[in-house]
Amino acid sequence: MIRFTHVGKQYPKGDPALDDVSFHVNRGEFVFLTGPSGAGKSTILKLIYVDTRPTYGEVRVAGQSSVTMSARQIPALRRRLGVVFQDFQLLEDRTAEQNVAFALEVTGTPPTQIGPRVARVLTQVGLAAKATALPHELSGGEQQRVAIARALVNDPLVLLADEPTGNLDTRTTRGIFQLLRDVNARGTAVLMATHDLALVKSLDFRTLELNQGRLVYDSGAQRHTTADELDRPGAGPDVRDGDAP
Amino acid sequence: MNLALREALRAFRRAPMLSALSVTTIAFSLFAFGLFGLVALNLGSALAQIEERVEVRAFIASGTSPEATAAVVGDVGSFPEVASVRFVSEVQALDRARRELGEFEDVFEAGILPASIEVRLRDGFRDPESVRSVSKRLEVYDFIDDIRYGEEWVEKVYRLRNIATAAGLSLGLIFALVAIIIISSTIRMAILARSREIRIMRLVGATNQFIRGPFLIDGFLKGLLGGLVALLLTWVTFEFVGQYVVQATFFGTRLAVVGVLAGALIGLLGSAVSVGRHLGKV
Repeated sequence: MIRFTHVGKQYPKGDPALDDVSFHVNRGEFVFLTGPSGAGKSTILKLIYVDTRPTYGEVRVAGQSSVTMSARQIPALRRRLGVVFQDFQLLEDRTAEQNVAFALEVTGTPPTQIGPRVARVLTQVGLAAKATALPHELSGGEQQRVAIARALVNDPLVLLADEPTGNLDTRTTRGIFQLLRDVNARGTAVLMATHDLALVKSLDFRTLELNQGRLVYDSGAQRHTTADELDRPGAGPDVRDGDAP
Repeated sequence: MNLALREALRAFRRAPMLSALSVTTIAFSLFAFGLFGLVALNLGSALAQIEERVEVRAFIASGTSPEATAAVVGDVGSFPEVASVRFVSEVQALDRARRELGEFEDVFEAGILPASIEVRLRDGFRDPESVRSVSKRLEVYDFIDDIRYGEEWVEKVYRLRNIATAAGLSLGLIFALVAIIIISSTIRMAILARSREIRIMRLVGATNQFIRGPFLIDGFLKGLLGGLVALLLTWVTFEFVGQYVVQATFFGTRLAVVGVLAGALIGLLGSAVSVGRHLGKV
């Protein structure tokens, strides 16, 4: 569903952000993206949601190629992805439910569908009781739940999480992580960038490790199917990863 | 559209200070332009009034038959440059002189002032060259003694008008340019303040066209409001000047509407350019 083929990214200044990176992610997989700051984790996520384009190589996401995709096709692709950030990226003047509804409104969802879908997803993240609270009235963990709800409300194929627990304490981190696992258990792939090595090591999930723009370790590489099989329509979720502790 | 309007109005409600600042900035830059326009308008109409008085006066030798005079009046009236021709008899000339210079009433005796024809020129033919060419054609008639048209004066008025037109156009352009720059940077500031919102919209898959909508409405409304405030300020200033300094003419309704709409248009374009720049990435 996501496939990087010899991808490099060079920003106008500095060293290459990514250097010849290749990997693929199946439907329904849970993958950690680790490495020190500046290793290229965020760049990989940005390439997936087409916030930037590769300098060379090809990024394929949900059948769309970075080589052939036009700017007009980007919004349609983004509606099939959910993105979550360390700083939540919520609109401060809107309530939790308005923040979630915003994602549906701007994509032209019929108004009658918006209410029920927002309520459903807020229940899923455990915030139904705080639907009318403004972001500043919520704790960091709760704000991240709103952000996750917003990312999920369009039923994405994959949830991209860029250091989602970076601003949270250990206990809250566990809660958010559990939520991401629940999301994954329902069939949504999760790609989570983190430098929380303790969290990564405590779990047997597939891990991609980056260092200075290079992919130095892929715990799932040897166990993976071929690229051709991955692109087959309807490739099911990777059961092993979904069931991991 | 409905949603776009709602989002645009939300921006006003959410950041009333910033919105008020934008509107005020737009209003003041248009106000400066409006004041300049008012001065230009009044100078222009004053000059036009002076120009209207450009006329060629041909004095007729005494003893010329009324038929000959009537023939000249008819001929001259058919010149393409000529707006009107009027015959002033000796008696009429004397009456007018006595009326205008009452204290010298006794000085004027019958027959002292010659009869004349007064030729007024059409708008666009009041430049020195046209005036000269008309008077040349009048010289042909041998019963015409003398022709006066205040050569120096005509040239001066003409030169003054040219200078005023050039200065008005270039100053007006500069004022308009400054207004456009100020207004678009104000709007860019407002958009920068909402870059987070734009970012989130893009992230959840809103199309560029959709994102643009509320900002265009926002810019249009701010420009429109700024234009209305500027018109009000200009009008108040005009009334004040009229009361204490000098009577003048205000913009006609059409010009006022055009001015306000120009404000709205600048707001709209400023927004379009700024959002476009924001969306141009990737």
